[in-house]
Order: sequence, then C-alpha cells, then structure tokens
Amino acid sequence: MNTIVVSVSGLSKKFGPFWANRNISLEIENGSIHAIVGENGAGKSTLTKMIYGLLQPTSGSIAVRGKPVRFNSPRQAIAEGIGMVHQHFMLVPELSVTENIMLGDERGHLFAPLTKRDASEEIRTIADAHSLSVDPDALVSELSVGEEQRVEILKLLYRNADILILDEPTAVLTPLETEQLFATLKSLQKEGKTVILITHKLDEVLSVSDRVSVMRRGEIIASKPTGNVSKADLARLMVGRNVLLRVEHPEEKPGRPVLEVSNLSMTDRKGVQRLNNLSFEIRAGEVYGIAGVEGNGQSELLAILWGIADRQSVVDGSVMLEGRPIKGLHADKIAAMGVSHIPEDRLRHAVVPDFTIAENLIFGRHREKKFARHAGFNIPAVQRYTRTVTSEYMIRYDEKSDIPLASLSGGNQQKIVLAREISRPGLKLLLLAQPTRGVDIGAIEMIHRRIIEARDKGIAILLVSAELDELVSLSTRIGCVYKGSVRREFTAKEVRRGRSSEKEFKKKIGLSIT
Amino acid sequence: MRAGMFKIVIPLLAVATSLAISAFLIAAAGRDPLLIYQKMFTMTFGSEYGTGQIVFRSTSLVLAGLAVAIPFRLKLFNIGGEGQMLAGAFSAALAGALLPPQTPPLVAVSFCTLSAVTAGASVALLSGWLKVRFGINEVISTIMLNFIVQACVGFLLAGSLSVPSTAHTHEIIPSAQIPPFSTVLGIWQKSPANFSTLFALAACFGLWFLVFKTVPGYEMRASGLHPEAAGYAGINTNSHIMKAMGIGGAMAGLAAANLVLGYKHYYESGLTDGIGFMGIAVALLAFAHPIWIIGSAVLFGFLQYGGLSVNAYVPKDIFLMVQAVTILMILILTKSFFRN
Repeated sequence: MNTIVVSVSGLSKKFGPFWANRNISLEIENGSIHAIVGENGAGKSTLTKMIYGLLQPTSGSIAVRGKPVRFNSPRQAIAEGIGMVHQHFMLVPELSVTENIMLGDERGHLFAPLTKRDASEEIRTIADAHSLSVDPDALVSELSVGEEQRVEILKLLYRNADILILDEPTAVLTPLETEQLFATLKSLQKEGKTVILITHKLDEVLSVSDRVSVMRRGEIIASKPTGNVSKADLARLMVGRNVLLRVEHPEEKPGRPVLEVSNLSMTDRKGVQRLNNLSFEIRAGEVYGIAGVEGNGQSELLAILWGIADRQSVVDGSVMLEGRPIKGLHADKIAAMGVSHIPEDRLRHAVVPDFTIAENLIFGRHREKKFARHAGFNIPAVQRYTRTVTSEYMIRYDEKSDIPLASLSGGNQQKIVLAREISRPGLKLLLLAQPTRGVDIGAIEMIHRRIIEARDKGIAILLVSAELDELVSLSTRIGCVYKGSVRREFTAKEVRRGRSSEKEFKKKIGLSIT
Repeated sequence: MRAGMFKIVIPLLAVATSLAISAFLIAAAGRDPLLIYQKMFTMTFGSEYGTGQIVFRSTSLVLAGLAVAIPFRLKLFNIGGEGQMLAGAFSAALAGALLPPQTPPLVAVSFCTLSAVTAGASVALLSGWLKVRFGINEVISTIMLNFIVQACVGFLLAGSLSVPSTAHTHEIIPSAQIPPFSTVLGIWQKSPANFSTLFALAACFGLWFLVFKTVPGYEMRASGLHPEAAGYAGINTNSHIMKAMGIGGAMAGLAAANLVLGYKHYYESGLTDGIGFMGIAVALLAFAHPIWIIGSAVLFGFLQYGGLSVNAYVPKDIFLMVQAVTILMILILTKSFFRN
C-alpha cells in the first residue's frame, strides 16, 4: 500500500504576476483516497489541472509511479492512467451513455463499424462491480445529475484509469447520491485505484479520505492522515484563523406571521406542475428553512414570492405579506413593501459587474427616496451610504476611483449583495437562496451571523438551501419540499432537539426530501 | 481606468490608420496626399462656407447617431434610422405645408418639429413593440420598416402630395422655416447651417444627462448591461426597450428639422438617403456616448464634405472608403484590445 503513485515536488504555476501554486510538494500513496481541501482560489484546481496535463507548470516536476513526466495535454496523462472528472461534466446530451463513454476511445480503425454492443457489455460489468448503476443505452439528456457523474466515472474506468481526480464531485449531488458516490470510491479503492478528491466540504473529507492536504494561497499548509485531524483543525488550517463552524443560535422569539403562503400551485407554460398545494407561514423573528433536492419547486416558489415568475404560467392559491396579497405584483412593488431577495446566482442576478460599487449598492434600491434628488441621484447620500456599508461589512476597495464591481473578489461581491439587501429600510421578509453557495468557510461564518442578527431584529427569513448543515444550524423550523409541496414540517421543538443529535436529524430530513 | 483610456486611443488610432490608407490611395490616383489634405482643409474649416456645410451635415449626423446610440445602450441595434428619418422629414414637410400661413413662427416650428419627432418615434416604437410583444429581432424589423416607409412615402409623393410634375412636396409656410445662422448672426455665409443645430446639441446634452445622471437612465443602463439582473432588481426591461427605441426614432425624426425646416423647406425624394445608415458609423465611433457623438459626427461631416470639395482632383469615393475603414478599424481594435 505504501508505494507513492504520484509525487509532486517544487511545483509552481504563475499567471501573470500571481502565483496560483507556489513550491508545492506532495506525495500521493497508491490505493489511497487523498483529499485536497482549501478555500476558493487556494489553488486546488490549478494543482490538479497540472497533474492532469491541462496546465503546464512554471517550474517543478511531477512523477507518476516514480517516472518523471511532463504532460502537454490530457491525452498523455490518460495514457499514464490518470483520469479526471470535472466539476462541469463533459458529455454530449444527444448521445447514449455507451456512445459518450466510447467517444475518443473507439477502439477501432477509422471507418470500421463501432463495436457498441461489446462496449455496452463491458460498461455494464464495470458498473455492476462498483455500484454505478446506469443504463448504458439511455440518452445522456435523460439522466439525472448523479447519473451523469456516474457516466463520467465510468468513462475513466473504461479507459483503465487507475488514478482518478474528482473536482468537487458532491457539489451537485443529493445526500443519498453522495453516500452512493462514496461507496463507489471505497470499492474502487479496494481494487487498488487511487482517488484524488478536491472538495471544500470538511465532513466529506473526514468520512471518506485516508489522507488530507490543506491548501491556502497556492501553498500546501499541511498534509496529514485524516484520522489525526478534526473538522475544526481543518477549518483553521484552511482559513488561517479560528473559525466558528456553528453559529451561535440564541433562542428565537417568533412574533406575528409575516408571510403566509397557502395552497400555492403553479403550472408552467409547458403544462408541467411545479408547485402543488404548497402551504407554510413564516413569523417575524424566525428562520424558515426549506430543505429539498433541487428542482422540487424551490426556484418557482422564490420566483412567485419575488414577483418574477413567468407571466405565462398559471398560479393558484394565495401569498400574503402581513395580510396583504402580493401574488402577481412586480418585484419593485414587493421590494417596496419591505422584502429583500438574495438570489442563488448572485453574480448573475443580483449585481451588474460593469457598474461601480456604489451603483451596485443601490441596485434594486435605487427608487428609495433618500437616494433621490430631482430626476437624478443624491450623490452625497449615496456616497455616505456606500461608505457606511462597505466599512460595516469590511469590503475593502479604493474609494477614490470609480472602479467597476467586476474588479472585486467574488467574496466581496457577495458581501455587497448581502449588505444591500439586509440593510433595506423597513425590511420585514428576507428571501435567501443558497446564501453560502460558492462562499469560503471564513465568509460563511460572517453570513450566518448576519442572518441570525437579522432574525433577532424581528425579520422573517425564508432560507432555501441544499446544505443540510446550514439548514439545521440556522432554521427555526424546517419544511421539506418534495415535488412542489411541503411533505413534512419539523417544528421549532423538533429542530432544536435535532441540533443535539445532528446525524440522525439530517437522515430524517434526507428521507423526507427523496 | 484602463478601459477608459482605450476608448480614447481606439478611435484616434482608427482614424489615423484610415487616413494613412487614404494617403496611399490618393498617391495611387496620381496626386500628392499632403496637397490634397491641405486643399481639403482650406475648403472646409478654412472657409466660412465650408465650415457652415460641415456644421449642417454634422447636425444631421449627430441626430442619426443618437438614433442608433440610445437603443444601443440596451444592446438594441436600430438599423431603422433611414426609415425613421424619412418618416420625420415627410411629416414635417406636410405639416409645414398644411399650416395656415398666418401661424406664428414659434407655434409653426414647434408643431412641425413635433410632428417629425412623433413620426420618427412611431416607426421605431413599432419595432420596439414587435420586440417586446413577440420577441422579433429589432435588426430585422427596423430594416423591413425602412422599406415600408420608403414605399409609403414614394406612393404618397407620386400621388396627390407633390407639386405636379416634380418629386417634391409643396413648400412649407415661411413661419415654419428655421432661420439659417447667416441671416441672423452673419456667420457661415450662404451655407445651409441653421439654428436646428442647437436642437441637436441640446439633444446630446439632454440625453447624456438622462442616461448617466437620472434614475431612468440608471435603470436603462442596467437593463442593457445585465438584463437578467435588472429583472431581479424590479426593473421593467421591456418598458426601457420601448423608451430607448422611442427616443432613437424621435432623434432620427428630429433630423428633419435640419433638413426640411432649416434647409430645403420641402421634402424632396432622396433628401434623407444614406444619413440614417451613416448614423450607425457615427454612433460606433463614439462608443454610443451621447456627447462624444458630436466629435464623431463632425469627423464624418468633414470627410463627407471634404471629399466633395476635392472631387475635382481625386474621386470622392476615396473618402467614403476612409469612413468605412475607420469603422472596421474600430471594431478590429476593440476586439483585439478587450479580448485579453
């Protein structure tokens, strides 16, 4: 077991003046599951891309099974038995599973008939051996995300890869699919394959890997056997300071109902029912968590609440904000009633990258009286507000120049959205979609604290999240949605009890959403 | 800031390149480029009449440029400047001819201008509506509307609305005419430059203020830069599409004030031809900025009239090429600078 299969020494990669990787030395044992963790931009992807031949190192060397290599393209890496599953799958939706797997490795001469049946058989055998259940004859366009990922893994196995690199494989999976994936990885390991797992989810690292390397700012900070580290250790290594993984959760004091959704149904323009008699209410000063696998009506619910639902869809039922109906109103009217919305894809839906920071900080709030003067803006008022908010949220930028938002880091752009929406005057209801998706651990702590702060100010919060961790630690009550309706609701008491025996509670939620 | 610098460097570089190319062409035509440039300059900015000609031509081009630039802020490509301007010119001429002769000048000019602006805006709004309601690409609908307007005007002109056995309408009443600078201020003698230039300048500054300093302008820019995000921010992007198209069409229509009310005093077949298309070039060179458009229009006005003035020595088509090369250079340079 203890032979080294991949060894990297003194590896560096420079993009312009920026060191994406700096002097990295790392040894990966044969037959191990080796996790590489780090915050966004720590250099995990750069490192693996160099091992896979997608990027060429500026300096340093890589050796595979003791043999020094220098890959100019992934093709050479594949020949050495290295395979990679990217975060975004590289599949042709119009082709079948077998065709996708054979693509680029047809094993025949040019113009020779394809031996698809043999390939199908082989794929079936590999799939059965590692519980990668997928129908080889199905079209890729008909598969779920989890199945697509299995196809990607099968692609590597079909090419006899024995070093598998997986880039954030669980980001798109349901809890159940994640468990299945880990079972597959364990079974591959038994067969002597090596797995390099890139992730930022620490629980996963602890549950599946043998060894973990932590990266920060392009360097490897530590490389340890997983058995010797705790979650808190890893977080501290990643961020460089102590991190509170679980936000403090003082007891909530729910007040009057703010949002009442009753018997909400929605059929989209294609005639597919997206919401089915969905009902729930949120009181002032509580966080209502919505758990569910993506595509069970969460985005449609948010679209209706925010007044941006497709006007050609049919919506029944009622949505009341403090007793006033808001269904069918436009977003600007809803916002003016004291509602904020932080959409899931903030960089695409909540900011204009070409606008300046100040322009973005008033984006969506630009109709407020305090920013207006005649037909234009009250520039001093906007500047004052910008200064207050950026200092409160520790968003650092050069105040003198009107730089566009796009020049800020992703984390700071996220903060701009959060700051703008939480500081909306007269805020009563906050709609949050995946508030910490793509956010670093250090920033998650801050965002969670702000959410609890907002809650304690008496704001009603709707939290839609795919992270059970986040739901359990923030929610007062949790509604589990499945196929467009709330299948099960956990009361405040149940959630509080659940927080003390988290594993079981998450399992219970997991059962209600699949 | 770097992007801002490129926006100044690129047009200058483009103009310089195309002038270099034209120098080569002039030499190929057997003339000394420097001599031709010198002649061109003395006969344009060097003379009162020439300056007036450039002012007059630039005025139409500024408005044609605005007709493209404002919709362009919303990523809409208004190719319909031709049709919108034609509609404006024809209705201004009709209105001016139909008014009772004793109408006071202020009323007459306002009424004719308003009818031109309304006609231009209506044509453009039709394209905007097709876009908002049915999702029809504005490039196609504006081009089609160009044909439709042309055909309608041709039909009306061939019918009862022209002076018999000519291709122009009846002359507008004297009080609807916008006076030339030469009679009032005594400058730019005999040239067609008239007070409607002030309309064009006012439009530039007004639209600059609207786009960059007001709340609707802020919403408009957001809708153009990032329509999805604008929708989330509660901005009605469709209404801004309509507004931008309407303003664009109105500007094209306003050019009629310069051509009909200030210069010809009637509509004549072919009066507006080509100016609307030229507006696309003017707007591109100025990166659709309402104030930079003035500079861009003056450059094109200069090349147009300058080319004419040296037509006796070298074919004026060379300067048509210069204009086209400038635009191509702008596109090439923008792409190569902003790709990395």
